[in-house]
Amino acid sequence: MKTLKIEELSKNFGSTEVLRKINLEIDEGNFLVLLGPSGCGKSTLLNIIAGLETINEGNVHIDDYNVSKVEPKDRNIAMVFQSYALYPSMNVRENMIFGLKQAKVSKEKIEEQLEKVSKFLQVDALLERKPSQLSGGQRQRVAIGRALVREPRIFLFDEPLSNLDAKLRVEMRREIKKLHQQLKTTVVYVTHDQTEAMSLGTNIAIMNHGVIQQNDTPENIYNKPSNTFVADFIGSPSMNLIKGNLKESSNKVSFVTHGSNIEIPINGYDFKENYNLDNKEVFFGIRPEHIFFKKSNEEDFEINLRADLSEYIGHEQIMTFNFENQEVLAKFPSTVKIDLSKNTKLFFDLTQISLFDAKTEERI
Amino acid sequence: MQDKIHASYKQLEQKSKYTNMFLRWFLYFVLVVFAFYFIFPLYVMVVTSLKTMEEIRQGTLLTWPSGLNFDSWLVAWGGRGYGAGDTFLKPYFWNSIKMVVPAVFFSTFIGAMAGYVLTKWRFKGDKWVFLFLLFGCFIPYQAILLPMARTLGVLGISNSVIGLVLVHTVYGIPFTTLFFRNFYVSIPSELVKAARIDGAGFFKIFFKILLPVSTPIIVVTIIWQFTQIWNDFLFGSTFSFGEAAPIQVALNNMVLSSTSVKEYNVDMASAIIAGIPTLIVYVLAGKYFIRGLTSGAVKG
Repeated sequence: MKTLKIEELSKNFGSTEVLRKINLEIDEGNFLVLLGPSGCGKSTLLNIIAGLETINEGNVHIDDYNVSKVEPKDRNIAMVFQSYALYPSMNVRENMIFGLKQAKVSKEKIEEQLEKVSKFLQVDALLERKPSQLSGGQRQRVAIGRALVREPRIFLFDEPLSNLDAKLRVEMRREIKKLHQQLKTTVVYVTHDQTEAMSLGTNIAIMNHGVIQQNDTPENIYNKPSNTFVADFIGSPSMNLIKGNLKESSNKVSFVTHGSNIEIPINGYDFKENYNLDNKEVFFGIRPEHIFFKKSNEEDFEINLRADLSEYIGHEQIMTFNFENQEVLAKFPSTVKIDLSKNTKLFFDLTQISLFDAKTEERI
Repeated sequence: MQDKIHASYKQLEQKSKYTNMFLRWFLYFVLVVFAFYFIFPLYVMVVTSLKTMEEIRQGTLLTWPSGLNFDSWLVAWGGRGYGAGDTFLKPYFWNSIKMVVPAVFFSTFIGAMAGYVLTKWRFKGDKWVFLFLLFGCFIPYQAILLPMARTLGVLGISNSVIGLVLVHTVYGIPFTTLFFRNFYVSIPSELVKAARIDGAGFFKIFFKILLPVSTPIIVVTIIWQFTQIWNDFLFGSTFSFGEAAPIQVALNNMVLSSTSVKEYNVDMASAIIAGIPTLIVYVLAGKYFIRGLTSGAVKG
């Protein structure tokens, strides 16, 4: 039994297609992050799961029960909003029990739930305050509390941290992670921040133009991006995509860029399909953090590149190199001294590379 | 060289000081002139209403009254106590109250509901509905006098306070809807979403969540509607006469129908009485008016 199952879901606003044939499943207790640039449809998808938006095609199942036409309040879900959406005229207590009162839960049960949750989230001292008298972090906690008291099957979070300042955001991120570890409730979490997605999710679904590009564990998303969009979206700075061709001779595959005599051997790469590789146009993907200034393992490929630009950011520096007139970025500790406009010896860690078909932009 | 530059800076500094001082005093001067200009008619009204006819004939407009003599106020309010032809404001004042209270209440309430629907329960074509409502703000009142008179006749409520309540409610709705729509646009729709998930319905969300935060705009609407309806003369004089007339119509009749001598003191007292309720509303709620209007204007 899947806690949440979405089948062939499509959604249009007028003539604009917002979601296209979305399929998604979440197991009990998992933390799914919907990640993507703004306008990719992730918030719409969340609103559809909540029942706040209607569906054009497809179905949403919660616990194997088709809830596509069920009212939000009857879906056994709770939602935390970006603006917190605390009712301004009610104090914290009234805010937290509003839902239970609507559901006509008994007074004793309400008090019991309120006490349990407010203690757990450390807002028990704030119960009589109005939302306007709370700090950003406190509002966030109350908003989570309001969701928690209902003991929902699925928690929905809509960019809950993007209104907080950088420092508080990191703190609240840890708190949400702890919360999930303790409660083990199923979560669907929408964000455009890849660090949030990576650190919180047990699964990440990357979306673009209303389509899920890849739905996988954070490790696979990072190490084995399924297309160039994912490769480019995840990581900062993003993965270097070097254009060139594959060359196959006597069962040895190598990568060559146009007009260059440098051949990078591709050994032990896990090809999806192992035929027709010769002369294939590809992107050679390597992350900036997998380029080293000294040899890290036996598979490393040694190469001399000219350094063009250096960006110092404290704990590290981002160097831009020229590789046959294509930019290649590398990330080094800031203690390493590299001269600009001179050739520098670099090592590509070939165990960490990705290859993409230049036409379909899919991983090969 | 250095000294020269310093000297010229000093000069410039002096110059800008004098310019600023001059501009400031000029500003005060203009403000004082306008303040006098606006307060002057009120001064004449109050002073005249406190004089006897004898004093009015002998002195000028500006002369101070001999004492606090409220006789003309009593006459304006309660009449002289003889039968036919004695017009006084008291019954018409209550007519106006009976008209203005329900009309303000209904138009405000309906406007709030409409603003709520147009912002938080969007439907297909809602923009058109809003556009047509806006037209209502721009239609000149004179244009609808005849159709409205016919409508009131068909409904059987012409020449009654109820008829005036209906007219003013209908004519208030475009303005009140505009006010509330612009206010509710600035309230995050996530509040409504959260309440829906919490299980609140259409009316519960309106009464429990939106209405409690609407005080500023409610006050603005009440002031606006109260002033409009209380001061209205056109609808009052067209759709009512005699017993059912509101105070502005009565004031007009009173001033125009004086038999022999023009009783300026009574006329002035009547005019002030007719204006007092709106003044009271402004004094009590004026600060909300400015605040509410600007908050709506900036965010809407």
